[in-house]
Amino acid sequence: MSAPANDVQDYVGFDTITQQMERKFLKRGFNLNVILVGESGMGKSTLVNSIFASHLIDTQGRRAAQEVIRKTTEIAPVTQMLEENGVRVKLTIVDTPGFGDQCNNEGCWVPVIKYIKDQHAAYLERELKPNRERIIVDTRVHACLYFLNPGSRGLRPLDVEVLKRLTEVTNVIPVIAKSDSMTIEERTAFKRHIKEELAFHRIMLFPYASDDDADDDRVLNASIRELIPFAVVGSEEVIEVEGKLIRGRRHGWGVINIFDETHSDFVHLRNFMLRTHLSDLIEVTSQRHYEQFRTSQLRQIKELRAQQAAAAASGGAPPVPTQAQPQVPISVMQHQPMAQV
Amino acid sequence: MKEGSGEDQNVAPSMYSHVSRPSSHRNKNARKGLPFNVMLVGESGLGRKTFLNTLCESTVITASEVTNAEQAHIAEPMQFKNYTVEMDEDGMKIILNIVDTPGFGDGIDNEQCFMQIQEHLELQFDSVLAEENRIKRNTKFNDSRIHALLYFISPTGHSLREIDIELMKRLGSRANIIPVIGRSDSLTPRELVLFKQRVMSDIVSHNISLFNFPDLNDEDEDAVEENSELRAMLPFAVVGCEEVINEDGRPVRVRNYPWGVVQVDNDEHSDFDRLRYVLLNSHISDLRDRTQNELYEIYRTEKLSGNTSVLANNTSQAVISAIGA
Repeated sequence: MSAPANDVQDYVGFDTITQQMERKFLKRGFNLNVILVGESGMGKSTLVNSIFASHLIDTQGRRAAQEVIRKTTEIAPVTQMLEENGVRVKLTIVDTPGFGDQCNNEGCWVPVIKYIKDQHAAYLERELKPNRERIIVDTRVHACLYFLNPGSRGLRPLDVEVLKRLTEVTNVIPVIAKSDSMTIEERTAFKRHIKEELAFHRIMLFPYASDDDADDDRVLNASIRELIPFAVVGSEEVIEVEGKLIRGRRHGWGVINIFDETHSDFVHLRNFMLRTHLSDLIEVTSQRHYEQFRTSQLRQIKELRAQQAAAAASGGAPPVPTQAQPQVPISVMQHQPMAQV
Repeated sequence: MKEGSGEDQNVAPSMYSHVSRPSSHRNKNARKGLPFNVMLVGESGLGRKTFLNTLCESTVITASEVTNAEQAHIAEPMQFKNYTVEMDEDGMKIILNIVDTPGFGDGIDNEQCFMQIQEHLELQFDSVLAEENRIKRNTKFNDSRIHALLYFISPTGHSLREIDIELMKRLGSRANIIPVIGRSDSLTPRELVLFKQRVMSDIVSHNISLFNFPDLNDEDEDAVEENSELRAMLPFAVVGCEEVINEDGRPVRVRNYPWGVVQVDNDEHSDFDRLRYVLLNSHISDLRDRTQNELYEIYRTEKLSGNTSVLANNTSQAVISAIGA
C-alpha cells in the first residue's frame, strides 16, 4: 500500500468566515438599546435587572411622600458596559417615568415615540454625512418592553393607543411583570383576550413572520407567539430554600423561583430576548423600522426639494409646505428634531 | 335568627348592642334589617367585584362576558351600579346596599370621575336634606347616604398615584373613606409592611381625611385598643376569591398558585376577615353615626349657610323649594 499521491485540495476553507466574523465582532462589541414603557409600580426596573442579572437601573417610582408627582413622561436612559466571555455589549436601558401615571394620560406617549424616532433620525443623519464614520454609533431602540397591568381583563384603552403607535416604530414585546397575583387559569384567559384584541386592532408584534424563515425558525417563532404576553416574575433577591440558593420572592404561602418554568415565563422571555432572537432584534430594527423611517424621510425631502425647485422656477414665493416637514433637514448639517407623532 | 337573649358576652361596642336596649326593640331591628350603604371605588382589575362576592359569599356581580374583542378596549364612562344583599351577621339582619363604580380610572382621561362621584355622594345628602324639610315626611324614606367608601389601591409597592391622592382628598369630607390594597397577594409580607407605611405617610402628608377608627368613648379601654390596632392595619390588604374548596369538610376560600395556596380567611394571608368584621359587625354603627352626625352635618351647614361654592356645584331644586316651604 503506497501513500496516496493525490493533492487535489477540494477543501477551499471559506467556511472559516464565521470564525473570522466572530473575531471581528469580539473586537468591536455591539450596542443594545431597550426601552421600558409602563406605569410606575409595574415592576419594570426589577424585571430588567433580573433579565441582565445585574442592578442596572433604580426604580423611578415615588417612594417618599415628599416626592412630587411627575406631570409628564420623562425619558431616562442609563448606559452600561457589560461583558460575558469576551463579548462586550454597550447596553442602554431607557426608562420612561411618569408614563401613564396621571389622572389624565392623554398624550403621555408623545415623548416616548419622539425619543424612538429621534434615534432613527440621528442615525440617518450620520449615515447621510458625506464623511461618515466607519462604524455609525447605533442608539436606535432595538426592543420595547411594554408592561401590561395584571388583573385587567385585557388591553386598556391607553394600551391600545400606545401599542398602535409603538409597534410602528420599534419591536414591541408585551409583558406582565408582576404576574404573581394571577393564577394559571387567570393568566391563560388574560393571554387569550390580549391576543384576540391585538389581532383585532392589527397590532403587529415582534417576531414578524417572513417568507424567508426556515422551518425551525417558524416553529420557534410560533411557540414564542403562543407565550405572548410573557407572564413573568422578576427578583433581584437571592433567598434560601431547603439549603439551595434561588432568585425569587418569599410569600407567606410559598416561594416563587423566577427560573422555575411552572412559576413564570421568565426563562422563556430571557432566552427569547438574549439567547435566540438577540441578533434578530438588532437586525429587524435596522431592516424594517429604520428602513421605513428612512424611506419616508427621504421621500419627504425629495418632495420638498421638488416644491422648492418649482417655486424657484416660477419665480414666486417659496411654497408653504403641504405636509409635515421632514425630520432630517435637507442640508443634513444640523439635526433639528421635530415632534412628528 | 337568634332571638334577643340579652346575655351575650362578646358584644361589639355599638349603639345597637342588645345590652343597652330592651330585647323587644332589638327584635324589631333584627327583623327589619339595618340598612348599610357601601360604595366601592377603584380601577378595574383590583378586585372590587371579587371582594363584594367574597363579602356576601355569593355571586352578586357576575363577570361580564364581553366576547367580542372590538368592545373590550373601549373606555366605558364610569357608571354607578346598585346591588342589594340581605346579610345575617351574628343574628343581626343587615340590608347591604352596594354601589359599584365600574369604569373609574379606566379611561385615558379620568379627571371627570372625581366630580361624578362627589356629585353622587352629595345627591344622597340632598335627598335627606329635602326630606328633613318636608312638611309631611315619608316614614318609609330610603336613606341612601353612603356609610363607607372602600377605595382600592393598586399594589405598586411605591407611594400613592395621582388618581389615588386626588380621589381621597376630594371625597374625604363626604364619606368615610377606608383605603384597601387590592390584589395584595402580589406583595411579600415585608413589601406589604413597607407599602402600608408609605401609603399612610402619603395620606398624612396630603392631609387626606379617612375613617380613622375614632374613639367615641375614651373610657372603654377595649374599644380604644381595638381602634388603635385597626388604625395600624390601614390600609387593609385584601385578597378576594370566589373559589371554595372543601378542606376536612369545611369550606375554605383559596387562591391556588403553583407555589402555594392563599387562604382568604387566614389573617396572616390577608386582612379580609378583619375588614369584613369591621364593616358588618364591630364598626357598622360607628360608620353610620359618623356619616349622619359629622359628614352630613358639615354638608348641611355648608349648604344652608349659602356657601356659594357648594350651591354652585349642586343646585338641587328639591332642596331650595323644601327650604322655602
